[in-house]
Amino acid sequence: MEVKKKKSFQEKMEQNILGLIIMVAIVVSIGGIVEIVPLYYLDNTIEKLSKEEDSIRPYTALEQEGRDVYIREGCYLCHSQMIRPFRDEKERYGHYSLAAESKYDHPFQWGSKRTGPDLARVGGKYSNAWQRQHMRAPRSLVPESVMPNYAFFEDHIIDDSLTEKKLRALAMVGVPYSEADFAGAAAAVHGKTEMDAIIAYLQVLGTMVNFEKGKDYRE
Amino acid sequence: MHFKHEEVETVVEKAPENPNYNMAIVKAFAVCAVVYLVVGALVGDLIAWQLSFPSLNFNEYLSFGRLRPLHTNAVIFAFGGCTLMATAFYIVQRTCAVPLWSNKMAWFTFWGWNLVIVAAVISFPMGWTQGKEYAELEWPVDILIAVVWVSYMFNFIMTIVNRKVSHIYVANWFFLGMMIMITYLHVVNSLAIPVTLTHSYSIYSGVHDAMIQWWWGHNAVGFFLTAGFLGIMYYFIPKQADLPIYSYRLSVLHFWALMFGYVWLGAHHLQYTALPDWAGSLGAAVSIAMIIPSWGGAINGLMTLSGAWDKLRDDYVLRFMVVSLAFYAMSTFEGPVMSLKTVNALSHYTDWTIGHVHSGALGWVAMVSVGAIYHLVPRLWKTDIHSVSMVNTHFWIHTIGTVIYICAMWVSGIMQGLMWRATDDYGNLVYSFAETVVAMHPYYVLRSVGGLLVLLGALIMLYNVVLTIKKAGSQSATAAARA
Repeated sequence: MEVKKKKSFQEKMEQNILGLIIMVAIVVSIGGIVEIVPLYYLDNTIEKLSKEEDSIRPYTALEQEGRDVYIREGCYLCHSQMIRPFRDEKERYGHYSLAAESKYDHPFQWGSKRTGPDLARVGGKYSNAWQRQHMRAPRSLVPESVMPNYAFFEDHIIDDSLTEKKLRALAMVGVPYSEADFAGAAAAVHGKTEMDAIIAYLQVLGTMVNFEKGKDYRE
Repeated sequence: MHFKHEEVETVVEKAPENPNYNMAIVKAFAVCAVVYLVVGALVGDLIAWQLSFPSLNFNEYLSFGRLRPLHTNAVIFAFGGCTLMATAFYIVQRTCAVPLWSNKMAWFTFWGWNLVIVAAVISFPMGWTQGKEYAELEWPVDILIAVVWVSYMFNFIMTIVNRKVSHIYVANWFFLGMMIMITYLHVVNSLAIPVTLTHSYSIYSGVHDAMIQWWWGHNAVGFFLTAGFLGIMYYFIPKQADLPIYSYRLSVLHFWALMFGYVWLGAHHLQYTALPDWAGSLGAAVSIAMIIPSWGGAINGLMTLSGAWDKLRDDYVLRFMVVSLAFYAMSTFEGPVMSLKTVNALSHYTDWTIGHVHSGALGWVAMVSVGAIYHLVPRLWKTDIHSVSMVNTHFWIHTIGTVIYICAMWVSGIMQGLMWRATDDYGNLVYSFAETVVAMHPYYVLRSVGGLLVLLGALIMLYNVVLTIKKAGSQSATAAARA
């Protein structure tokens, strides 16, 4: 006499497309939920800073226009903005980056490759004149550099009709801009070139936290 | 346990070639895949030369920063995407023993996907980008991608619903997993607030955006470039070798472990960053565990050939597939190693990562795709391949180019990492950043040469495929004249 074999779960799935779809849809969603959702609920995801330390603010209209140029040119493909807590990185670039420092960055620009150096704290490291010349012709200042020339930034005037719209879009996703920021947006960038804007952006990078010496910001 | 593969194949083989199978769509996607392989490799090699000789950044539209997304999107979504669509539509019809559910929808998928690719070719040189790696396309194109992708998935699922065999074949599980996960990833990661048609801001910021981006980024690798291509492996290797898959149990383990595990890995891209430590460590821990299913799959593919290794002597398709599995095994070992914190501290931000990606992309994905396309072309056009020696030339030139590329990036990556951290007896940095850039130069040139070989191989393939199709055309014309 033949014993009826019970079908395994796997065998049922193989004969039931709807079951297979549902099982796969559940199984593939677990990892993402476990890793992403808590980041929104855990208090220590973004470091708490004291009043003295914290001067993190949204980018000004001109800085934000500069950031858009930075993204358009794909700068993030060769420059990171994320200093890791290693001795050599501290020597080369400065204090390790905090999550708080990029909390207004839509999208984030931490990067994944350093064909050129990290830029997380490049603000104030060089003069505006140096930055301008370096952007025009990088090899005139750093002969070893493989960076493209960006002289055309000086020929492009920023379209000030879009600036307010940009700030309003950013406000919609949580960047705390005020009515005064919107009202002054066009005037703040009027007549400026993309070169002015990107230099304004670079010069503010990494300058918004006054670090307390010796404090551990990552518990 | 008896393996369903044989059952499916019996149905497929014994049934007369069903004239209602839509092979025209498979042909169209296969030809596109070959063309886009050439385009993707061409742009890739150009930007490799740009890193060697920066004066090759001709103007603002053709600078490295704008062309690099064009390269990645062309190889992943144009070449990879067309290969996945050609093979999924071919496999699902043959393993379900029914024609596609909707031919009209299949052609919508075809034209829609090509429209996305045209949009990418215009967008990137113009600098229209969301600034998130491998998800650079702006919101109107993102919406188009979502619609076209769902049409592809829906047609595939409905064809399975119509199937004439009881079991769903293993290759189809992998394709299905890829389709579902890519839908999730694409929709969630691309959410943005538009400013104009060509500009928008991600709704996520900072650390949250980083985690979501790499959840997308690593699963574009894990699902688009791995699960889908494993579907190809699970059909074409047994088919080409004329043997059943080595172990059914192993393929079940491979499938579910891959579906569950890959999703966690994104966080290992963010070790030592401002992402909380628990997330990065979790990503690394699961990454290590992923060696097991990955190697299980590679062994399953390779062992399918046990007892038939002599076929490698003259079967040019199997040769591509076996080498692709060797690269798959190697890069799925290298990946977990690189996710270890101590290794990652050295490898992150260096060319080692680029080398790792290309051992997967050129060694695994391109090789298994090229093998599948060489398997398909003679069958679809019902003729012999124009030149077997050209296929063999392609095999060697591609393999050598890939090995040169990977080795150059290993050496430059590890050297770069060591130079960055080198300090003298007084604790001062030994090398300036510019000195490390100079040290990279010979390896960047070497990498460009490796890429050039891969490009040459792709051109040979295009030429060979075009001549095969031409030959098929003239043969059928002669046959028609005789009749």
